[in-house]
Amino acid sequence: MFEQQDPNQIQLNSEGQLKHFLTTEGLSRELLSEILDTADSFVDMSAQQVKKVPLLRGKTVVNLFFEASTRTASTFELAAKRLSADVLNLNISTSSTAKGETLRDTLMTMEAMHSDMFVVRHSDSGAQHYIAENVTPNVAVINAGDGRHAHPTQAMLDMLTIRQHKGDFSPLKVAIVGDILHSRVARSQIHALRTLGAAEVRVIAPHTLLPRHIEALGVQVYTDMNQGLKDVDVVMMLRLQRERMLSALLPSEAEFYKLYGLSEDKLKHAHPDAIVMHPGPINRGVEIESAVADGPRSLILNQVTNGIAVRMAVMSMSMSGQTTEAQRRAEQQASSAE
Amino acid sequence: MVSGVIKVDALLEKMTLELQNYLKAKQIDNPMIIGIRTGGVWVAEALQKSLELDSPMGVLDIAFYRDDFTRMGLHPKVQPSILPTATEGRHIILVDDVLMSGRTVRAAMNEIFDYGRPASITLATLIDLNRRELPVQADVIGEVMLLDAGERVKLTGPQPLSIEISKRAD
Repeated sequence: MFEQQDPNQIQLNSEGQLKHFLTTEGLSRELLSEILDTADSFVDMSAQQVKKVPLLRGKTVVNLFFEASTRTASTFELAAKRLSADVLNLNISTSSTAKGETLRDTLMTMEAMHSDMFVVRHSDSGAQHYIAENVTPNVAVINAGDGRHAHPTQAMLDMLTIRQHKGDFSPLKVAIVGDILHSRVARSQIHALRTLGAAEVRVIAPHTLLPRHIEALGVQVYTDMNQGLKDVDVVMMLRLQRERMLSALLPSEAEFYKLYGLSEDKLKHAHPDAIVMHPGPINRGVEIESAVADGPRSLILNQVTNGIAVRMAVMSMSMSGQTTEAQRRAEQQASSAE
Repeated sequence: MVSGVIKVDALLEKMTLELQNYLKAKQIDNPMIIGIRTGGVWVAEALQKSLELDSPMGVLDIAFYRDDFTRMGLHPKVQPSILPTATEGRHIILVDDVLMSGRTVRAAMNEIFDYGRPASITLATLIDLNRRELPVQADVIGEVMLLDAGERVKLTGPQPLSIEISKRAD
């Protein structure tokens, strides 16, 4: 674990623009809405015949994945390529760190290649924050998931999907279901939903998969799925890691599915127009019934499409924030030299 | 403070006539009009009507192609460009409301070329401020305006179209 300071001291520049994207926590409603608005523009663009724009032409984006990921890594890669950046994909878990190289050494090596942006996934909470604090000025850092802490781009693509289908957040009751304890996605979703003004955010999980003091994040806690789903407008399922079963936090997959798996029967407790989401990849018959995952209320594939647009938005906004900050510094230096 | 309002009907008539002569001289048949958002689209719609063109009109939003994006940031509400038919091999009339530095037109041409190689691009603008920073100049111009320092020009519309000249408050 790395020590953390106020994330916005580092992820925003002096004009309040996004410079790094590390967490949804503490960001203003205006900034989160700006990310969603920008992403909306990229959704429209991706439907066009030519899906590429020159915003990051000449920039080098390095995907630094210290933890395996296929889906997130590929959507970040596609997002960077659609912005015309050069992309380098590095799966560090199988290379440098295995040879004993430190995070700082890896970073310095990448910086020496004149990279402009690091997209980082790391199993330690706060690793990206540490990188953003120590990186050369003008390099943007995007958090692609750190430990149990945050997965802000996943949360924002979920928010985009909700907004596209429900419009205003203010009347919405949203349930987040599953392994809340180990989920960086759930934490980022809760912060984003609360900031965007959702009427009620519920978490539904067995006691063994609920963090202590989760109520402090402003959520309602349910251990009974049917009660928790009552009248909700949005059901956000979480992925269950199989190793949780091995560590005896759960009796069995079958037991979990019986109590917390989303079936058509359980979904009847939700609002008739409720939408169903899942960050993927889904475990059919563990977190969700196939009929629900493939059913008319499921937006799982929309989430994937929106993932590219949100990542394009965050990448272009943070690159612009870096340049604005650099200009401000240059102007300050020029005026102090006079 | 608005210091002057100019009606654009006469300018559009002049542009229509000049475009007709230009197209005839260049032997261009059935061109495709593309307007640059927002003011350029209004002017393009008027020209599309007065030239009685059959081909559907295109709309460009050049926000993703601007060369000042890293300094100015990205406007969060960028609307998609709409090119209803293929541009490959087509004669295009590119329309903007105000031509100043030429950077918007450069960005628009970059975007058009992402859709294919047009046979030609003719540039038509309602107002030319004669402040070029790039070697970009219009083929058809409604009016050349030389503004005083601190003066700004803006096309308001879509109905009616008017040109407002205002002085920036210091």
